Formats: sequence, C-alpha cells, structure tokens
Amino acid sequence: MKHTFFKTMLALVVLTASFLSFQGCKPKGAQSAVSGDAAAKAYVAPGKYDEFYNFVSGGFSGQMSVYGLPSGRLFRVIPVFSVDPEKGWGYSEETKPMLNTSHGFVPWDDLHHIALSVTKSEHDGRWAFGNANNTPRIARIDMKTFRTAEIIEIPNSAGNHSSPFITENSEYVVAGTRFSVPMGDNLDVPINTYKDNFKGTVSFIGIDKTSGEMNLSFQIATPGINFDLARAGKGKSAGWFFFSCYNSEKANTLLEVNASQKDKDFIMAVNWKKAEEYAKAGKGVKKQVKYAHNKYNESTHSATSEIKNEVLVLDPKDCPDMVYFMPCPKSPHGCDTDPTGEYIVGSGKLAAVIPVFSFAKIEAAIAAKNYDGEYDGIPVLKYEAVLHGEVQKPGLGPLHTEFDGNGNAYTSFFVSSEIVKWNIKDLKVLDRVNTYYSIGHLCVPGGPTSKPHGKYVIAYNKITKDRYLPTGPELTQSAQLFDISGDKMKLVLDFPTIGEPHYAEAIPASMIMKNSQKIFKLEENKHPYAALGDNNAKVERKGNEIHVYMTSIRSHFTPDNIEGVKLGETVYFHVTNLEQDWDVPHGFAVKGAANAELLIMPGETQTLAWKPEKAGVYPMYCTDFCSALHQEMQGYIRVSPAGSNVPLTFSTGTNLPAAKPAAATTAPAEKSTTK
Amino acid sequence: MKRNLMLTTAALTAALFFSSCSEGVKKEPKPIEIQELTKDQPETHGSEVKEGDITLSTPLDQAMVTAGKATYELKCQSCHRLNEEKLVGPGWKDVTKRRQPVWIMNMITNVDMMLEKDAEAQKLLELCLVRMPNQNISTDEARKVIEFMRSNDGEK
Repeated sequence: MKHTFFKTMLALVVLTASFLSFQGCKPKGAQSAVSGDAAAKAYVAPGKYDEFYNFVSGGFSGQMSVYGLPSGRLFRVIPVFSVDPEKGWGYSEETKPMLNTSHGFVPWDDLHHIALSVTKSEHDGRWAFGNANNTPRIARIDMKTFRTAEIIEIPNSAGNHSSPFITENSEYVVAGTRFSVPMGDNLDVPINTYKDNFKGTVSFIGIDKTSGEMNLSFQIATPGINFDLARAGKGKSAGWFFFSCYNSEKANTLLEVNASQKDKDFIMAVNWKKAEEYAKAGKGVKKQVKYAHNKYNESTHSATSEIKNEVLVLDPKDCPDMVYFMPCPKSPHGCDTDPTGEYIVGSGKLAAVIPVFSFAKIEAAIAAKNYDGEYDGIPVLKYEAVLHGEVQKPGLGPLHTEFDGNGNAYTSFFVSSEIVKWNIKDLKVLDRVNTYYSIGHLCVPGGPTSKPHGKYVIAYNKITKDRYLPTGPELTQSAQLFDISGDKMKLVLDFPTIGEPHYAEAIPASMIMKNSQKIFKLEENKHPYAALGDNNAKVERKGNEIHVYMTSIRSHFTPDNIEGVKLGETVYFHVTNLEQDWDVPHGFAVKGAANAELLIMPGETQTLAWKPEKAGVYPMYCTDFCSALHQEMQGYIRVSPAGSNVPLTFSTGTNLPAAKPAAATTAPAEKSTTK
Repeated sequence: MKRNLMLTTAALTAALFFSSCSEGVKKEPKPIEIQELTKDQPETHGSEVKEGDITLSTPLDQAMVTAGKATYELKCQSCHRLNEEKLVGPGWKDVTKRRQPVWIMNMITNVDMMLEKDAEAQKLLELCLVRMPNQNISTDEARKVIEFMRSNDGEK
C-alpha cells in the first residue's frame, strides 16, 4: 500500500512538473487560462510608460476612465456626466453649468460609448466623445487636458444609446434614440397609442474642425423603432452611416418577448452626405424644442450653459434616396464597418449567424431598386441582394465586432462568453477564446478606424463572480487583455474597472502624451474673480454675498484670517492657485460646507459657495498634499450673527489686533431676526 | 481509497496536459518585451543660464524694473517679501549683494538642476523645507526680475 502510494505520488509529481515546464500549454479553466509568458507581456516596469491609452466608458458611473495598456493601470477617472466631489465637478460654481439640461441640473448619467476623433478615418488624438444614455447628451473631452470641454443635450430623443459614433473626418457625431417617444405639441398620449404617436430620430451633431465645438446640425425623423448602435462608413462608404434597429414590431410593453417576434429587424443605412445637402437646401422643418448646450472655457476657467430652442428636422418622405432599411436577423446590436468600408457586420443578439453586408452590393441594390417592399414609406433592400455572406455557427449572442487591419474580425459573444476571430472575406472562424465572464463590448486599439493599431483585443466583462477576492454582493466588472499578434488569441491580463465598462477605444500613447497640458498659465487666466498675485487678494461684500479673492501657493492661503461674515450671507471662496509647476494642485475645503472640496490646478481659479448656518469660527485647509508644510496650509473664517457690526477684515501673516471688544459684544444676536 | 484518488488525479492531470497541447509545445521562452516609449523620462525645466549670458548695466533699465515687478507680484510675492523677512522663501532685501545674478537666474528658471548640484541652494531647501517651485518664468522674464531686485536693493 505504502509502496503504491509513493509510486503514485512520483507519477503525479513528474506529470505536474512536465506540465508546468511547457509554456505553450493552455489548460481550459477559469483560473489558469494564461500562457507562461503572459506576465511578461503585461509587465511595464516601474517608471516606464504604457504603449496605449485606453479610454473606457464608466457605464452607470457616468464617467470616463483612462487606463494604460498593456499594464491595465488606472491613470485617471474623467468626470463627465456625474458629479465628482473629489474634483469639485458639479460642486464648484464654475462646473455646475456643465450638468445643466432642459430638466435643470442633472447630477448623474450613464456613459456607454466612446468615440475618438478621426481624420481620414484614422485616430488624430484630439477629442474623445461620450454619450449620456439616460438624459440624452453628448460630451466632448479634450485630450490635452483630459477634462470635459463641452456637453450638448439632444432633443427629441430618449435613451441616447446609439451614440456617439463619428464620421471619417469628425464632421459629425451621431445620436440615435433608443426609445421612440411622442414628439411635437401633444406629448400627453396613452402609451398604447405607440404605433400612431411614437417616433424616433437620429441626430447629426456637427463638430467644428478647429475648436471641436459641437452644434446640433439636423435630425432625421424615423419610424417609431429603437436604435441600438451605429457606425459610419469609411473610404468608399464614408458618406454613409449605419444604425442597428430593433423593435420593428413597435411594441411598447414586454419588449423582451414582443420585440423579438419578427425574424428580421433592420440596419438603417443613411446617406449622410445627401442628408447634409438636404439640410443646406432647406428641405428640413424647424421644430421648437428645448436643449442645453454647455461649454467650459479654459481661460475664464468657467462653464456657461445656454438653452437653445430650435432644431432642423428632415423627414425621409421629403428627402428621397436618403434612408434605406436592410433586413438583419433578430434584434441586431453591434453594427460595425470594417477598415476598408466595404463590409458592415450586423450582430443579431438572438441570431445563429453573423450577417456581413457588402457596401458595393448595397449601392447596386439601390441603383437597381432591388427592394423588398417598404417600412413606413422607407424602402427595404432585399437581404440576399446586399449580403456578402453569413458567418455560420459563430457562437451564442453575438454583440460587437472590432478589426485588426489584417482582414480579421473579432466578435464578442455574451451568452457563450467568448471572443471569436474570423476572416472577413471567407467568413471562416479562425480562433475562439473564453472570457471570464459574459463579455459585452470589446476593443482592438484603433479597431473602429481604417488603420487599426492591432496587437491586443480587450474584453469588457459584465460578470466576475469567482475571479477576484469577493467584496460582498456587489462585484467589480473587468477588462481582459488578449494578445492577438499571433494566430491564436492569448489571455495576458485581467483587471477590474470602474463602473460598468461598455465601449472603449485605445490609441497609441505617442499620439497623446506629447500634447498633454501641464499647467494653466497665470497670464492667460481671465476668471473674473481671479486673484492674480497677493496684491489682488481681498474680501468684498456685495449685497448679501461675500467674495473672497484668495490665492494659494506652497503652503499658505492669502488671506487666511477672515472676519466680519454675517449669518445669512453666502461666502464665495474664489481660490487661485498661483503655482506654475506641473502636478502641484491645491485643494480647498471649509468645515460644514454642504458642498465638496475644490481641486485647483496650477494657474486655475475655482469657486466654492458656502452658506454658514451658525455663528463661530470655521477652519479651512488645503486638501491636496502639496509640500512638507502642507499640514500648515490652513486658515480661519469667523462668522458672526446677522446684526453684528464686526468689520469685514482679512489678512495673512499679520495677527491683526483683536477687534474692539465693544464691536464684538454689542452685536445682539436677537437682531438677526430682523434681517 | 487514498490511492485511487491519487491515481485519478494523476490520470486527470495527464489528460488535461495532453488534450490542451494540441497546438504544439513551444520550448523556447520568448524574450521579455518591456514596453517603453522612451529610455528615460526627463522632466526638463528651463535651460541652464551661464555666467556670460547676463550683462548688467547702470543705470537700471526702468522698463525692465517695471516688468520685473509685475512678474514678482504675480508669481513670487506669495513667498518672498521685499525686506529681510523669510516667509516661505528668503526675503529679497540685498539678495543681489549675496548672490551672483547667474545663481539667481538659475534658481528661477532651472531650479531642479540647482537643488541637485548647488550646495547653497541645497542649504536653503534645508532651511525652508519647500522646494523653490518652477513658476514658468522665461529666461527673459527672469532677467527683468533681476533688474527689479537690483532696484529693490537700492541701485539706481
């Protein structure tokens, strides 16, 4: 018995040892599906840079996160649609207008998709766009500052999911409504009149070539269906845009069942160049709407919000040859154009095949009027006439497709939790790899452009059960990095993400890092309350407002002793950071403020509003460790009763003589009732 | 029982091993690729000002004094008084008598080099405990600050 046991052990040890020594082996299983050199491939030595920036949507966090690839290190969370007390976003007076909408101040949203600006369908490293899914908006992030520069609301839209995809030279980003809704004058209609009263739109938001400023150029009115995702054409198809649509059944309840009745829904093909001509030729109708357009100015360090009232709407009935439907199996989700612009990949969530459409065939079918009837007056092209072919039995629940520039496509499969690599031309499956678990979007660096950078595919997973140390009922989502440089995809790394990552794009670091802004120049600070130098630091009373023009530098505030504020007054701390060195922000917080901190970048001015509720002396301090004497960077502000006659004084470095005792004590508290 | 378990484990491990190696075994470990965009990542801050780069003349250039004062008020005054008093950094009274212009210029425009190499600068850091910051002042602007300092020290 003993003898046999040792023999068995020996066999086991030998087998295990030989197993471990072969690096090429890839055992199946959640915990061990990595090859031997995986760690080296994801390793970026301390002090070294990553090769790619990965701009990742934060989903229900409302923000956009920035990771390095291949390391998976998180560098920054850019506040976009949700307030962020850490950065004062939505709390400082300067940033509040950025979250204004036609519904007023909205502190949260759900950011799903990223679109990086392109020139000739290639990344140009200027702006990143993100969509707000709930209260329809599009944001533009400046890749020099990694901050949100602009947010525009989309009227006649509800659930801005099919957004913000971009045309070949960043002429437009689009915003297709997920929900169709009642439009026009009478919005108060029974829900079950959906088929009569509910309509959809896709919006084209023009982008200024130089400044990047967005402008709602026109909308196209559509039948009352749901728009899911979209992609612009490229190269020969660059004048077109393709939108996946579901709920061609026009159901308004239990869509899970009722919007899955038909064998085929649609991909909507829009000739946007033609739409642009129609818009310019006055074919549209101006409709009264209400939407906010918010811009952040980096010289006044302040945002403005403007409510606009008009949008130009094009009706396909008045604009022939502008919109076509292509049948696409079973509730298409992803709708992706390959780098050449010839192939459009539809991914029916419930379909057993992946249909690939040919742009050349689409053009021919349109020319020959090869229609399969109409849908709400819009021609439907014959499926077989526009089809390049179908990928057979690719997997379960196809969602999204990215491309590597070598003729291969990578499609994510939610239900079967895998990425499948296939050849675009012959539609043959080449490789498949498991993801852990339930992948949604995926990203190849440059994958949606005409020149993918390749090298990796990143899976963004919905479920991580058993992948990480457990953290109670709520678990992190994850990203998984696969090396695609060889024939086979190889898992290299997985890392947790913020919020829920939906779409992401990756771009070579070399295209962005050289432009990264280090400071704001004091000489260019045009903030109306900036204190440019200590001589301009002061405290002023305007009606019942106290304006503190404050400076900060390592490591003190000027002024740091303030007296004479009265209850009922609102104090505005306008803090100017006089530093001009990279990576030296100062923070500011005051006790009891029903607000957040300020985080002020070098050369910037930011404002915290504070309405004290009780008389007393309140401390304030710098929240961002700035120097060895950071702990000393503090001050006091004294608040007196409303009727007090404590004079308004301020100082730094001088212990002012105590205010005359008479002044301090002859201010009866009861007088405050008379204010 | 124990033996059976062990045998089963061994058999399973073997099966796993063989079935998972269908794509072939690579014996040569690939060289480690370390991603790097640059070999080193210097944070450059200004360029060194040399002895011969500065010429002082009398009388003072009043336009330069005025411009230097404006720079002082915007970017220096928070930490440097015009008298002897040390605030965050030393007061400026008689600084042009204690230090060579080239030393002052480099402290303004090239402070990282100074704090690394210059013994006097290092002594000041020990005293003040706050690094003299890079205030994004050009060589030309720094030269005007010198003119203002000379004026502050009573030169005409």
